[in-house]
This record gives sequence, C-alpha cells and structure tokens, in this order.
Amino acid sequence: MSDHGVTSPEISFAPEHASGTKRIWRTFWLLSLITVIELAIGLAIYNIHKGANPNATLVLFFKGMVCILTLAKAYYIVSIFMHLGDEIRNMIMTIVVPLMLFIWFITAFLWDGNAWKNLRNTNAGSRPAQTEQHQQHPVEKDAKP
Amino acid sequence: MSTTAIPTNTKWWSGGRSPFNASYGKVMMWYFLMSDAFTFGAFLISYGTIRFSVNSWADPNHVFNAFPFAGHANLPLAFVSLMTFILIFSSVTMVLAVHEGHKMNRKGVEKYMVLTILGGLAFLGCQAWEWTHLITGDHAVLVNGQIEHWGTTVSKNPWGHEVMHDGAMVATPGPIAFGGYFFGITGFHGFHVFSGVIINLVMLIKTRLGHFDQRGHYEMIEKAGLYWHFVDLVWVFVFLCFYLI
Repeated sequence: MSDHGVTSPEISFAPEHASGTKRIWRTFWLLSLITVIELAIGLAIYNIHKGANPNATLVLFFKGMVCILTLAKAYYIVSIFMHLGDEIRNMIMTIVVPLMLFIWFITAFLWDGNAWKNLRNTNAGSRPAQTEQHQQHPVEKDAKP
Repeated sequence: MSTTAIPTNTKWWSGGRSPFNASYGKVMMWYFLMSDAFTFGAFLISYGTIRFSVNSWADPNHVFNAFPFAGHANLPLAFVSLMTFILIFSSVTMVLAVHEGHKMNRKGVEKYMVLTILGGLAFLGCQAWEWTHLITGDHAVLVNGQIEHWGTTVSKNPWGHEVMHDGAMVATPGPIAFGGYFFGITGFHGFHVFSGVIINLVMLIKTRLGHFDQRGHYEMIEKAGLYWHFVDLVWVFVFLCFYLI
C-alpha cells in the first residue's frame, strides 16, 4: 500500500489497483469487439441504402443499436480506463449525476429539430399574406365617395 | 475492487478529509472533463438538431469512402475505423503507463508514454490526410444548370442527392451546414488530441528527469491519463454521430 498512493491527510486510503494487466487487456479486446460489431452494422446500413427499397424501420433499429453499443463503450472507457469504477461512491456520483442533464439536453433539442422539419414540410409556419388587407382599405375609400 | 477495508460509518462530509477520497488535482481534472463533455455535447446536439430539421443529409458512407494510396476504390468506413483503432490502442498504452506508475517503474512509464504519444501523432496524421482529401477532392456538382467542380469546405459541399443531367447522374449541392459541423467538431476534437500529445510529451520529459521519483508518486501521469482517455471517449461519440449514423 505504501509503495504507491498519494500520502495526504485528506485521503484515508489509496484504492488498491490490480497487480496484473489482465483487466486492461480484457477491456481492450471488449472495446475492439464492440467497434467491429458497430462497423458491421454500419456496413449493413450502407447496403440497405444501396438496395432498391430501403427499409426505414430497419435502418432506424440498426442506428439505435449502434447508439446503445456506443454507450457501452463509453461505460467501459470511463469505468475501467479512467478508473472511475474504483473510486468511492461520492466521487462517482459527483461526476455522473450532473451528466444526467444530457437526458433533457438531447431529448429537447432533437425534438426541436424534428418540429422544425415538420414546419418546413407544411405551411404551418408560414404567415398569411397581409399585403392584400392593407391594399383593400384605400381602394374602398376611393370607391365610396 | 479495493481490498483495503473502508472504515465503516466513515463520516465523509464531516471535514478533515476529502469527501471524494481523492486529491484536489484529480477531482478538479474530473470537473474540467465534465465541463468539456458538456461543450462537446452541445456541439454534437446542435449538429443533431440541424440534421433532424432538414429533409436530407450527406450520406457518410458516400462522403468518407477513401483510403490513402487506394485511388478511387470505394471503401466506406475503412479509414475511420483505422483511426478509431489507433485511438483505442493509444488509450490502452496510456492506462498501462498509469499502471507502471503505480508500481513506481520509471522505465515502464517511459516506454508506454512514448507509445501513447506515437499513437496520438498517428491519429493526427490520419486526420490531416482526411481533411486534405475532403477539401481538395473535386466532385462534379450541378449548380444552376451548369456543372461545377467542388471540394468539401465550410461553405459548400458536393454531397447532395444525385439528379439526371445530360444522360448521366450528377450530384447537387449538399446541406450547407455539413462542412461547418464536420470541420468544426472534428477540428475541436483534433485540437484536443494535439494538446493531449503536448501534455503527454511534458509528462514524458518530467518522467525522464526523475521528477515523479523525487515526488514519491506518479499521480501526474494519472491526471494526464484522464485527459487522454477523455479524448478517446469523445472520439467514440464523434465516430457515432458523423460516420456511423
């Protein structure tokens, strides 16, 4: 214990790191495997798009799967490579809880983008032409007397 | 993980000790990385918002299908997967350097820091090639009934859908925001990689000079490692948002 670790009165114990590098290499192979699966899905999406009738639902399903695999990769990098998994609970929470903001952040803004697309494709966002109303008044005034 | 018993009923918040059981520098590095995550998150979410708001977007398998020395071969995803593996591997050498630091093994730290720096430089080289290829690679585009030749820049790109012109399929101008987002976000990430390489170089020099042996611990390697892994983490999401979906 005393051969590593930072000696400071603020820190009550140094987390004992694994003596071997087995866990690191296992994580490396796991990350590589996930990346290869992601690439396979990416190529599958490419081939679906090349085909005659691209199946939009299938493409969306594959894209969702790639997103989940990416989150798994992020978990392994943060937990094992950055050693956050070895820290005490207080440390983990002070980092992870603020990141929950991303749930709102992503949902709200992608929703907004989608709403813009709907406005673009309908005339819901366009204003009725007001120039006609303005022109009608002087015409009526001139006509009456 | 820890076999050292955490004293039961430890009052973490009653003062006199770090409630996170970590040094000030390490906690602050984590907070910095959290703020940086929000910066990158904001960029990527803004990109997503714009992409959701238009009816068509550039097809990544069509845009990024080149490989150095492969001529005009159509190799979607190939080069970017090479870049991804380079970054994952340099992440592993970094974590091994941290591991050697725990064992106070200076030679080991030096070896793995050199490998990490080489990985970072290889990644930057790949990115330089990719940018050059995109900016200088001319493609025929139909603009106002005339054929023009465009590369990919922040103001215009040739990645719109294809239309029939004079009996041949020809591309139209692509979504105008594509170049700005691609070069902006990968550039910001590339700059992080570059500064990570500089930080790692400084750490290598300090290791060689024996500064950490004098200090009695290699915690600076750990902090540099946190930054380097964060750069890898961001790449995982850039890879997802620009190349895969």
